[in-house]
Amino acid sequence: MTKKAKQVVDLDDVVVKFVGDSGDGMQLSGTLFSETAALDGNDLATFPDFPAEIRAPHNTVAGVSGFQVHIGKNRILNTGDFCDVLVAMNPASLKANLKWAKPGATLIVDADSFEQATIEKAGYITNPLDDDSLEKYQIIRAPITVLTREAVKHIGLDAKSGDKSKNMFALGILYYMFNKPLDNTLRFFETKFKKKPDVVAANKTVLLAGYNYADTIEALASTYKIPAATLEKGTYRNITGNVATAWGFMAASERSGRPIYLGSYPITPATEILMELTKHKSLGVKVVQAEDEIAGICSAIGAAYTGSLALTTTSGPGLSLKSEAIGLAVITELPLVIVDVQRGGPSTGLPTKSEQSDLMQALFGRNGEGPVIVIAASTPVDCFYMAYQAAKLAMEHMTPVMLMTEGYIGFGSELFNIPKVADLPSITPPIAEANDADYKPYRRDAVTLARKWALPGTEGLRHRIGGLEKENISGNVTTDPLNHQLMVDLRHQKVMKVADYIPEQDIYGEKEGDLLVVSWGSTKGTVQYAVDDMVRSGKKVSQAHFKYIMPLPKNTADVFKGFKKIIVCELNSGQFVNYLRMTLHDFKYQQYNKVQGLPFVVNELVSKFNQVIEEK
Amino acid sequence: MFERNINSTVERSSVELTKQDFVSDQMVKWCPGCGAHAILAAVANVFPKIGYKKENFMMVSGIGCSSRFPYYVNTYGFHGIHGRAYSIATGVKVSNPHLSVWVATGDGDSLAIGGNHFIHTIRRNIDINVILFNNQIYGLTKGQYSPTTPMGSVTKTSPYGTVEHPFNIGELVMGAQGTFFARAVDNNIKLMTDIMFEAARHDGTSLMEILQNCIIFADKTHDQITSKDLKDDNQLILKNGEPMLFGKNKDKGIRFNNNRLEVVEIGKNGITEEDILIHDQYQQDPGVHLMLAKMAPPHFPIALGVIRSAMYPTYDDLVEDQITQAKATSKIKNVDDLLNSGDVWVIK
Repeated sequence: MTKKAKQVVDLDDVVVKFVGDSGDGMQLSGTLFSETAALDGNDLATFPDFPAEIRAPHNTVAGVSGFQVHIGKNRILNTGDFCDVLVAMNPASLKANLKWAKPGATLIVDADSFEQATIEKAGYITNPLDDDSLEKYQIIRAPITVLTREAVKHIGLDAKSGDKSKNMFALGILYYMFNKPLDNTLRFFETKFKKKPDVVAANKTVLLAGYNYADTIEALASTYKIPAATLEKGTYRNITGNVATAWGFMAASERSGRPIYLGSYPITPATEILMELTKHKSLGVKVVQAEDEIAGICSAIGAAYTGSLALTTTSGPGLSLKSEAIGLAVITELPLVIVDVQRGGPSTGLPTKSEQSDLMQALFGRNGEGPVIVIAASTPVDCFYMAYQAAKLAMEHMTPVMLMTEGYIGFGSELFNIPKVADLPSITPPIAEANDADYKPYRRDAVTLARKWALPGTEGLRHRIGGLEKENISGNVTTDPLNHQLMVDLRHQKVMKVADYIPEQDIYGEKEGDLLVVSWGSTKGTVQYAVDDMVRSGKKVSQAHFKYIMPLPKNTADVFKGFKKIIVCELNSGQFVNYLRMTLHDFKYQQYNKVQGLPFVVNELVSKFNQVIEEK
Repeated sequence: MFERNINSTVERSSVELTKQDFVSDQMVKWCPGCGAHAILAAVANVFPKIGYKKENFMMVSGIGCSSRFPYYVNTYGFHGIHGRAYSIATGVKVSNPHLSVWVATGDGDSLAIGGNHFIHTIRRNIDINVILFNNQIYGLTKGQYSPTTPMGSVTKTSPYGTVEHPFNIGELVMGAQGTFFARAVDNNIKLMTDIMFEAARHDGTSLMEILQNCIIFADKTHDQITSKDLKDDNQLILKNGEPMLFGKNKDKGIRFNNNRLEVVEIGKNGITEEDILIHDQYQQDPGVHLMLAKMAPPHFPIALGVIRSAMYPTYDDLVEDQITQAKATSKIKNVDDLLNSGDVWVIK
C-alpha cells in the first residue's frame, strides 16, 4: 500500500482542548502536550477546567474534566477563546465542550465510547457521530478504546489498566498532527513510572499507536507546524499562577531577610499556594494550616508583630471571614499580605470558576475607615512579581496589602523567564534598632508615614499595641476625638503615599484616541487581543491595564484625559468602574461586564468597542 | 523552687530582675475589688523570677476585662480581637519560638467566640501559657451570661434563668488532649504564683483556670469555693506525689472506689491515709485528671493546683525539627535553586 505524503501547513497559533471523564487523564495529556510544545520553542498559556466534584458520576456532563492549551509562535496572551482541536474522550465531554470549538474545528473523538448508554447519559437523543449535527466540523472518529486494548494486549495488562493509557493514544494523534517530537513524553514515562516497567511499556506503545494511527488515516489530510516563538533569552519553565504567587513571596522573604509565615485554611482556588509553601521547609518557610480562616489571618498577624513576612491566602468567602482581622492589621499598622484568589460568588457560589467580584470587598469590606493597599496580578507569571511587590509594599510601608488574583490565573500557566533573586528590587523594612531611645510605637517616618517595626526579643523596645485606637506617637490607648481623626487621616495618607513608590500607569497603544479600554486582573491578554483587532481595523483604541488599584497610579487622570471615551471591562457587575467613578469623578465611564464564571472572549469585546465608538 | 529546667529555647536574663522591671506606665482600670488585680499581682511575682530576659516575654490577649492585661505589664504585648488571642499567640510562638508567650483571656473570649481556637491550640500543644479568668459572666459588656455561667442563673440576657449547660473548662482541656491544666482561686496569690511557675516550666499549652470574682456582675459567684467558712471543705489543693487530703484538719481525702472518686474521712469506717489517692500530675493517662477536674461542691471539693502536666512534643518544637531536617537534606538552598529546579530549559 502506498501512502500519500501529507501536506504540512504553517500556523501562527493553535488552541487545543482535551476533555473527558474525570479520571480519563486529560490533565496529564494536556500538561504533556504543553511541555512538549514549550520545549519545541512555542510560547503558551494553559488552563485546566475541572468540575467542583472530585469524581462526579461517570460519563455525565457534571463529571467532565478538561485542559486547554494555547500555543503559538508569537507571545501568547490568553488560553484561547475557542479551540481549533477538541479531543473528546466520551459523549458527555463532547456535549459539554462543543460550544467552545471554532466552526470547522477538528474533533478527535473516541468513537468506541459512543454507546447507547453513554450517549443517553450525556443527554444526547441520537448519536451525534451518526446524525448531521457535527457537519461543520472535521471529525476524526478514532476507535481509541479498541486500538488501545489491542496495542497493550502483548504486555499482559488487564483491560482496566490498559484503558488508563487511552489518553496517550489521543496525545499520539496530536503529536503527529502538529509535528511534535515524542522524546520528552517518552522520557516522562521512564521517570514517572520507574518502578512499573509494564506501565512504561503500555504508555509508550499506546502513544506510538496513536501517532501511527494518525499517519495512516485519510481523515487527516494535512499536518501542521507552529514555528518556534522568538522568546527573550533566558532560562524558562512553565508555571501556574498559584505556584508563582508562593515563589514570589519566598523571593521577597529571602531578599528582605524576614522569614515567611503563612497562616491559611484550605479553600478553592487558593489552596495550591498553601500546598506549595508547605513544601519549602528547607528554606525556613513556616506554615500553619489553621482551624479556620480567622485563625489563619490572626496567627499571621501574630507572626507579623513578631517579625515575619506574614501571609494569609484565601478566596472570596474566606476573605469575608477575615474582615475583622484585616481591620486589626490596619489599626496595628503591621505588614501583612492577604491573597484573594477570586472565584464566583456570592457565598459558596462557583468555587472552581473565575470572577473579579471581590474588588469592593477588598477595598472596603471592613468596619470603620480601614484603608489597605490593593494590587492585582494579571497573568500567571505576573503573580510572582505582584506577590513580591505585595510583600515589599507591606513591609516597607507597614500596612496590610491585599493581593488579588483569580482562579483563572491561579490554575492557569504560562512560560516564565526565570529571574535572578538578586536582580529583584531590594526590600528594606523599617526595623527599629535595639535600645533606640526615641522609639515610640506610632512615631512615623516623615515621608512614608510608616511606623517602625519593633521585634519582640529586641532590647529596649518593649511596647504594646492592639485593636483599640491609640494615641499617635506614644501608642497609649485613647478615645480622644481629635486624635482619632488624626489617626484615621494618617492611616489613609500612609496608603495614598504608596502612589509615590509604584510605577506610573502605562498605556498599551497610542496615548490619545477615541476609546480607552480599562481592565484589571486576568482579562489583560484577551482585552489586548481585542484592542489589537480594533487597531488593525483602523480604530483609535488603546488599553490601560491596572495592576495598582489602591492607591491608583499618580498619572491615572492624565492617562484618561487622552481619550474621548473610556470603557471599563471586568468580570463582575461593575466594581472597578464604580471605584473609578468615586475616585476620579471628572471622567465619564462606560462599562462592559460579564458574570458567568467565564473569561471574556475577543469577539464580544470587539463588538462592544465598535458599538461604543459609533455611539454619538 | 526552680530547680527543674525552664524552657531552654528562651534566652535567660544576665541580671536579676525585679517586679519593677515589669511595671507598666498605664493606669490599671479594672474595678476596685476585681479579682483581676490579684492575678496581676501573681504575674508580677512570677515574671522577674522565671529567669528569662525581660524582652523575651510576650503577652497576648483577646477582648474583655481580662484582655486589658497586656497594657498593665511592661512586656511586648498585643491586645487582639474577640476570641482570637490563641490564634495570635500561635503565630507569635511559631514565628519566634524564643519568646515566652502568655495569653490573658476570659470565659467568653476563650469558650464562646474563641472556642474553636481554644480546642485547636490545645490539641496542637503550642508552647504558650494561658491565664483564663473565669468569672462566669460577660463583664465588659455589662453582665450577660457566658459559657461557664451556672445553669439557671439570672443575668441581663437570661431574665428567666439560663437554660444552657455550662462548660467545665478542665473537661474541655482534657477532651482536646490538653497536656497541662491547673486551677486556682483569685484570693490565693500564692497558689496562683505556684501554678504560673509550673505553667512556665511546662512545654506545651499550659491552661490555667483562675476562678475570678466579678464584683459588679457576678459577685460571690465562686463563694461556695472561696469564702472563709467553706473553703477548707470545698478546696482540694493538689500537690504532686502527695495524698489528696483536704478539710481544716486535713482529715478528709479522695479515694478511688468502684471506678470513681469518693470523698472519705480518715479514721472513719477504717479509712487510713493509705487509702487516699496520691496525686500524679505527670501521668500521661488523663483518666484521673479528668475526674479531678470535674469534681465540684456540694459532693466534692474543687480540685486546685496543677491537675495535669503531661509531657508531649510541642507543635513549635516539631516545626523547628522539620525545618532543621529539611535544611540538612534538601538540595534547594535558596530561591534561585528553587526557581531553576525541575523542568527548565534555556533559550539562547
